[in-house]
Amino acid sequence: MNKKKPLLLLTLLTASLLAGVAGAQQEINISREVNVIGGVKPLPIALSGFSGEAAAVLKFDLEVQGFKVVDDSSAQYELAGGNNGDVHGQLNDRTARTSLLAKAYSGGTTRTQAHALADDVVSAVFHMPGIGQTKIAFKVDTGANSEVYVSDFDGHNAQAVTHDNTIVAAPTWVPRHLALFYVSYKLGNAHIWFHNLATGARDVFARYGGSNLSPAVSPDGSKVAMILSKSGWVDLWVCNIDGSGLKELTHSPQDESSPCWSPDGKWILFAGKVGERRVLRKISPEGGEAQTISTAGAGSPSEPDWSPDGKWIVFTSQYSRGFNICVIPAAGGPATVVVEGEDPSWSPNSRTVVFARRTGNGRVLSLLDVFTKQVKDVKQISGSDSQPSWAK
Amino acid sequence: MKTKYIFNLLSLGLVLTSLATTGCHKRPATLTPLPGARTGHIGDVPPTQPLGFDNNTTTSTGIPPVGNPIPMSKDGHVGWIPNTDALKAETVYFDFDSSAIKSGEQSKIDNVAAYLNQNPQAAVRVEGNCDERGTEEYNRSLGERRALAVREYLVRAGVAADRVDTVSYGEDRPAVPGHDEAAYKMNRRDDFVVLTPPQ
Repeated sequence: MNKKKPLLLLTLLTASLLAGVAGAQQEINISREVNVIGGVKPLPIALSGFSGEAAAVLKFDLEVQGFKVVDDSSAQYELAGGNNGDVHGQLNDRTARTSLLAKAYSGGTTRTQAHALADDVVSAVFHMPGIGQTKIAFKVDTGANSEVYVSDFDGHNAQAVTHDNTIVAAPTWVPRHLALFYVSYKLGNAHIWFHNLATGARDVFARYGGSNLSPAVSPDGSKVAMILSKSGWVDLWVCNIDGSGLKELTHSPQDESSPCWSPDGKWILFAGKVGERRVLRKISPEGGEAQTISTAGAGSPSEPDWSPDGKWIVFTSQYSRGFNICVIPAAGGPATVVVEGEDPSWSPNSRTVVFARRTGNGRVLSLLDVFTKQVKDVKQISGSDSQPSWAK
Repeated sequence: MKTKYIFNLLSLGLVLTSLATTGCHKRPATLTPLPGARTGHIGDVPPTQPLGFDNNTTTSTGIPPVGNPIPMSKDGHVGWIPNTDALKAETVYFDFDSSAIKSGEQSKIDNVAAYLNQNPQAAVRVEGNCDERGTEEYNRSLGERRALAVREYLVRAGVAADRVDTVSYGEDRPAVPGHDEAAYKMNRRDDFVVLTPPQ
């Protein structure tokens, strides 16, 4: 869908260097798939004429989407402009000796204008939409209790969605809607709630006996996958978005957790077990046999998220001393360990991942540019922030 | 290098010239209007389209599965009065990443069964918990499995299934703060809360 020409060029170059000779087509394809994760050099870009908040926003946005802001002498790209009044800028590619864009923005704030310019730079160079005007939802733990928050993708403009003084968990967006599903213990046990952020109206969605956990809405918005213990076992279930048609997909004494959907809606991917070994598995929402997906090189996988372009699965791998964010091709295969952290969620353009990482004082949210491995913390709010979900 | 720089200057000049001739306020022609300034509430975020839901939340079909699992009763004992002290001494502890009931822990569950036999009006809530070594949703599922394991033991010991509720707090309610095994082993646990009918 998205044409990533510069990326493809770079990765093909990497692949052919690794393959030694450009003869074996199969081998090139395989090594490209593996090496593109974390192995791409960021594109050097120089900023001139921007100041204060606009300069900070541009640097942040570009560095979590494949660029590295450098001084003028080593830049391949230059973004010249200003923010005295409205933000404006023009982008030149020095190597190709072309001007790629010249734009000015009106309305909104300096922040939103700078985000829009960064988006246009990403679009001009990578031929994919930028993330500058997207939203995330996450959990903020304040000690005994937690609340759901929504903010810009970079943590700015954070607002509390719940004020329940209880435990909440696993907020997740309804695709293309200003609406969330999340777990709340407001009525005593873990129930799944639906919350329309446009109107503020909310309602209990799943309140079966036992625990109601980990909701995930299908890409077309028609179904909800979730973990229920109503049968007496902790299993994966699916139902229609209106709550009808409840169906049990797994039925095992082991526990399943953290389901997500393939972008074509044909698979639900979840963390399960084969015997006592923790694995990622996928199953059709219609039912049938679950298939194990290889995560070779990354043990104890959980919290998978399938990239919107269908190519990758990012997940958390647990090892003796902590957690790593890992990526595999969607069909399974050798895992690339990208960075320490947990609970990753893809951006809508399948380029960046928001995740949680543990510090001495609880968790903070960070952004990872998957292909260049560049990481930046989002603006934090007090408490421990975790379980981010990127609106798509 | 120098020619490239001149080339860039030339192209910059071309762009600026074209902008100057087409813009009316010394502004590039491609003016991108943005949505109005944020007013600071959540309703600002595009794209938006409210979803319609019917008001009936999903309800249990009550069809018992075939095999070992013991189905949960709908909604448990909502509104009953909790007592966290009565069975405080009977907290059951687990090994790392396990919901198996260790033989040394079984006598505590036997005590809980005896208590329920002596107090026929009471019910019990089994609260499953985990240490922090696990991802959050994985631990929420594991905590539920720990609670279900003890529930199954109680039912086998003769307690009616509809007298036992379960809840999982995952890693959200540690008994002991800290990031070492001394804390972890106290946090991998099932607590018992006695429930009595509202007056």
